Amino acid sequence: MSDDPHDRDAHTHDHGGGHHPAPLSPVEMRARALEELLTAAGIVDPTFIDGVVNAYERDIGPMNGARVVARAWVDPAYRGRLLTDATKAIAELGFGGPEGEHMVVVENTPDVHNVVVCTLCSCYPWPVLGLPPNWYKSPAYRARVVREPRAVLAEMGLVLAESVEVRVWDSSAEIRYLVLPERPPGTETLAEEELAALVTRDAMIGTAHVAARHGPISPPPSGSTSPPRQQTP
Amino acid sequence: MNGIHDLGGMDGFGRVVVEAAEPVFHQPWERRVFGMLAAVAFTRLTSAHGYRHAVERMDPEHYLRAPYYERMMTGLATLLVERGKLDRATLDARVPGGFPLAQPAHPNATSDAEEIVADTRTSEASPRFRVGDTVRVRDVQPRGHTRCPRYVRGHRGVVVRIDRPFTLPDLAAHTDRDHREPTYGVRFSATELWSASAATRDAVYVDLWESYLEATR
Repeated sequence: MSDDPHDRDAHTHDHGGGHHPAPLSPVEMRARALEELLTAAGIVDPTFIDGVVNAYERDIGPMNGARVVARAWVDPAYRGRLLTDATKAIAELGFGGPEGEHMVVVENTPDVHNVVVCTLCSCYPWPVLGLPPNWYKSPAYRARVVREPRAVLAEMGLVLAESVEVRVWDSSAEIRYLVLPERPPGTETLAEEELAALVTRDAMIGTAHVAARHGPISPPPSGSTSPPRQQTP
Repeated sequence: MNGIHDLGGMDGFGRVVVEAAEPVFHQPWERRVFGMLAAVAFTRLTSAHGYRHAVERMDPEHYLRAPYYERMMTGLATLLVERGKLDRATLDARVPGGFPLAQPAHPNATSDAEEIVADTRTSEASPRFRVGDTVRVRDVQPRGHTRCPRYVRGHRGVVVRIDRPFTLPDLAAHTDRDHREPTYGVRFSATELWSASAATRDAVYVDLWESYLEATR
């Protein structure tokens, strides 16, 4: 790994034979300037950055939430604890940390569908879902899902019956929400790990149902992980 | 502040664009920016409230145009300049055309927040409302940071959950005051928020500090 992270990948392109570093874009120049100045000021340690980023790329993602959901599907007592004190129940599986200190789990049923948003910024339950996808942070999703949730969900491929009650959760304060999706029919014989492999990120945000057949969404869950303790937005 | 970030209920943004098999970070610079925010948060140079407000104060056109990690970088740089940890001229000199920062906070940001708290006299130990109570969101227009979205102001909802006291962001973003008060999950019916023709069964649940709420019949 190069000492200067900005010289890694992405900035060198082959222009017909020779290697010329592509000029940095304005936003890349800003990022580089900021990191150099913060490093010089002793505020930022580049190796700390590498560690945090690697954790969110490898260990902290929707495979964690999928384990929580699968456990709730196979263990009624765990489901009960999850719906009563989600932060504690999630910690039983080893997950917690920034943006997951105060969790509430909302359960989908045949009659109720839950979907989560943060209209004011992009609050999201990091320990169980990782960092949010671009669509979750987009003005279109944040503006529209509170006003016309059925239309937004239908566009995303989830058409809900008129009879279903839609509950939109705007995480405007310190609670972070995770949706407990319905267990799909035809999965009665699957083991907990097989069930976890069916659970998608979008199902835990509430913009999709869990389908009975689905490829793994991520590498197999690898033990419990604890992100660095920090105060984060 | 009634800023561009307060997007709930706005029209005209079009379809939600979903990228299949999206990576955690799209560009190397995004990884560095996220790591810098984590590092700065770790040093406790700022709170999440101050950081969020710095992002909210971005030029509205820049806010909408910028991808998430550019908003993060702009907010972070703004805060560090304001806290005296970075020199703006030095930052500008490093980037042709300069380093765009967010606008300064409104001069009345702190006094508006103090006014909101003074009116309600909340108590950390004893929540004023109970589960099942109907409440109305106060129709206040603070010019500093707030977590009371515009689309619920003036509307009636029902308390569904009482959470432990949390630090009121309105004061914490602008002062050192750690003013804690009960926070509530409040259910607003879609017909109350939008129109009689909204799907009658549907509802939006918003989490609100006690100072944002008032009793109603």
